[in-house]
Amino acid sequence: MLKLEDLEVTMDSGMLRANMALVPGRRVALVGPSGAGKSTLLDAIAGFREAAGGRVTWQGRDLTHVPPQARPVSILFQDSNLFPHLTLERNLGLALHPDGRRPDAEARARIEGALRRVGLDGMAGRKPGTLSGGQKGRAALARVLLMARPVILLDEPFAALGPALKREMLDLVREVADSLAALVVMVTHDPRDAEGFAHEVVLVAEGRAQAPVASDAFFADPPQAFRDYIGAAG
Amino acid sequence: MAPRALAITAALALAALTLGPVGVVLARAGGFGALGPGDWQALRFTLWQAFLSASVSVVLAVPVAKALARRRFVGRGLLVTLLGAPFILPVIVAVMGLIAVFGQAGLVNRLLGALGGPNLDIYGLHGVVLAHVFFNLPLAVRMLFSAWAAVPAEHFRLAASLGLSPRAQWRVIDAPLILRVLPGAFTVIFVICLTSFAVALTLGGGPRATTVELAIYQAMRFDFDLGRAAALAVMQLVLALAAGLVALRVAGQAGFGAGRDRILSRWDGQGALARGWDAAWIVAAALFLLVPLAAVVLRGLPGLFLITPDTLRAAGHSLMVALGSTALCMAWALPLSTRRGELLALPAIAISPLVLGAGLFLILRNFVNPFDMALPVTGLVNALMALPFALRILRPEAEAVTRDYGRLRASLRMTSLAWLRLVWLPRLRRPMGFAAGLTAALAMGDLGVIALFADPDRATLPLQVYRLMGSYQMEAAAGAALLLLFTSLGLFWLFDRGGRLGAET
Repeated sequence: MLKLEDLEVTMDSGMLRANMALVPGRRVALVGPSGAGKSTLLDAIAGFREAAGGRVTWQGRDLTHVPPQARPVSILFQDSNLFPHLTLERNLGLALHPDGRRPDAEARARIEGALRRVGLDGMAGRKPGTLSGGQKGRAALARVLLMARPVILLDEPFAALGPALKREMLDLVREVADSLAALVVMVTHDPRDAEGFAHEVVLVAEGRAQAPVASDAFFADPPQAFRDYIGAAG
Repeated sequence: MAPRALAITAALALAALTLGPVGVVLARAGGFGALGPGDWQALRFTLWQAFLSASVSVVLAVPVAKALARRRFVGRGLLVTLLGAPFILPVIVAVMGLIAVFGQAGLVNRLLGALGGPNLDIYGLHGVVLAHVFFNLPLAVRMLFSAWAAVPAEHFRLAASLGLSPRAQWRVIDAPLILRVLPGAFTVIFVICLTSFAVALTLGGGPRATTVELAIYQAMRFDFDLGRAAALAVMQLVLALAAGLVALRVAGQAGFGAGRDRILSRWDGQGALARGWDAAWIVAAALFLLVPLAAVVLRGLPGLFLITPDTLRAAGHSLMVALGSTALCMAWALPLSTRRGELLALPAIAISPLVLGAGLFLILRNFVNPFDMALPVTGLVNALMALPFALRILRPEAEAVTRDYGRLRASLRMTSLAWLRLVWLPRLRRPMGFAAGLTAALAMGDLGVIALFADPDRATLPLQVYRLMGSYQMEAAAGAALLLLFTSLGLFWLFDRGGRLGAET
C-alpha cells in the first residue's frame, strides 16, 4: 500500500495537502486544473520534492526522506524520457546497470526481450531521434518493464500523441503494469484518459488532493471543483 | 524593413571600408620574403600563446561552470552577471589589476615572499596567457553554463530515479555536453587570442613574446617598414581567416552563452566532498575575477587626485571616439540587421584592428598626414569591429518585428518612414540600447589602432594609461585606469538603461 499520511508539499502557489492510501495493482488518475499540484504530488512520491510535513510510506516502510533512486518507483515524463545521444540499448541498459557500463550478453538479451514486449523488436541499435513519438513512449515503457519497480508514475507521458495512439499506449501501460502487478499513478489533463484507464480518480484542486473515488462513481457525479474545471476547459 | 537604398549604401560603405584597406595591404605587401626570423618567431608565439590561453580557459571552465550550474548560494546571480563584465572591461584596466595582483610587487608575490617561495614574473608568455585566461575563462564558463542550463530537467530526474552512479551521470549527461560545447569554446577563444594586441603590448614584447599584431605595430611605429608591416598584416589576415572559418564550423552550434540561467536540480554531488569541491572552484574563480578589479579601484582612488589636464584631455578624446563610434555603428547596424547584412559584417571579425589600421594608414598617407587622423580612424575602426556584435544583438529582434507586424504594415499601407518611426525603432529600443552600450564601452576602452596612429597630442584614455605605466608613474596610471573603468562601464550603463526606459515590451 502506498500511503500519503498528512503529506504537505510546498508549491509556488501555496501548500498542497494529501491524505490517501493507494493499493498495489490499481490504476489511479490524478485530475484537476493546471497549477493545482498534480505533478507536484507525483514529484513528492518520486522523491524529487522534499515533504514539508507528513509521511510517504510503501508497504509500511517510511519513504519520506529516502532519495529518488532508493524508492520503489519508476517514472515517465512528458518529454525527454530517453537520453538522445544513446542508443535504445544503452538507454535501457541504464535500468540494469546504473554505473553506465555497456550491457553484457545477458543484459542485452533482457533488453531485446523488453523491446519485443513493447513492439520495438530489433530496434536496440536505434537512437531516440530516429523514432516516432509513439515509439519513444514504447521504449520508455520497456525501461519501466526492466526496472520492474512496484509503483509506476506517469506525468502525462502521452499528452503530445494523437487520440488513437494515446489509447494504444495506455493499453500498453496497462499490460506492463499488470505484468508487474504495479500500482500506477497517472497525471492527466484529459478526463477521457482517466475514464477509460483508471480504477480510481483523485481530484487535485484548491490546495488539496482529495481521497480517491472509484472512477465510475466519480464520473457519474463529478465534484463541483471538477465540473468548474471541465467547464473552464470546455 | 529599412528602405532599400539605405541598406545598399550601408552595405557598399561597409564593403569599401573593410575590403579597401585589405586590398591596399595585399598590394603593398611584397611577399613573405620581407619577413625576418623575428617575424616567424612572432607567428609561432601567436599560435602557441593562443593555444595555451584557450586550453587553460576551457579546462578551468568545466569545474567552475558545473559548480555554478548546480549550486545555490548568496551572490550567485551577481557572480553570473559579473561573468559578462570582462567583455566590456578595457584591456589596460584589467592588465593594471593583474599587475597589482600578480606583478613584481603584487599581492601574490608578497604572499609568496612571506612564505619563502619564488618570485613570479608577470611579463612574458605566462603573463599574456594569464591575462587571456582572465578575459576568456568567463566566456568559456558562460558557454558551458548555458549548455548545462539547457539540459532538460527530466534527464537529471531520470538519472536520480535510475540511481545512476556519479561516473555514469558524468558519462551519460556531463561528458557528452562538455564534448559538444568545448571544441567551439576552444576555437572561439583561440581566434580571440590570435588577434591579441593590447595584452601583448603591455605584458609581452621582446623577441620572445611578440604576437603578429604587435609585430605589425612595431614594424610601423619603430622601423617604419611599411612593406614588412603589410606582409605581417597579410600573415595575420590568413591566420585569422583560417581560424575564423574553423571556428564558424566548430562553434556554429555552441552559441555565446547569452542569457540562460537556471539552477539545476540534481541529486548527485550532495556529499560534503562534492560540495567542498564546488565551493572551492566558485571561490577561486570569484577571487580570480574580483581581486584584480578591486585592486584597480583601491589603487586608483588616491590616483584620482593625480589626474592631469593631459589625462582629462585624453578622456575627452576617448569620449568623442566612443560616441562617434557608437553613432556610426548604429547607423550601419540598423539598415543591415538582416541575414545578408550579418554575413557582410562577418569578415570584420577576422580582419584585425591592426590590419585595418595598417591599410587605412597606407591609404590616408597619400592624402593627409595619417597621424592627424588618429581619432577619426580609431572611431571608424571601432565601429567596424563592434558591428558584428551589434548585428548579432539586433538582427533577431529586427526580424521578429518584420515577421510579427510586416503583414499588418502591408495591409495598412504604412509608409517606410511611418513604419520606421512608429514601429521599428520603438520596438527595437531595448536591443539598440544594449548594442550601443557595448559599442561605446568597447570603443572607450580600445587600445589598438590608436597606438598605431597617435602622436603625443592625441592620446585616448587607454593610451594615456599605457604611457603613464611606461614612464613608471604608476599612481597616476592607476587613477587614470579607474577613470577609464568608470567611464566605460558608465557609458554602457547609460545606453543600456536608456534603451530599457520606456521601451516597448
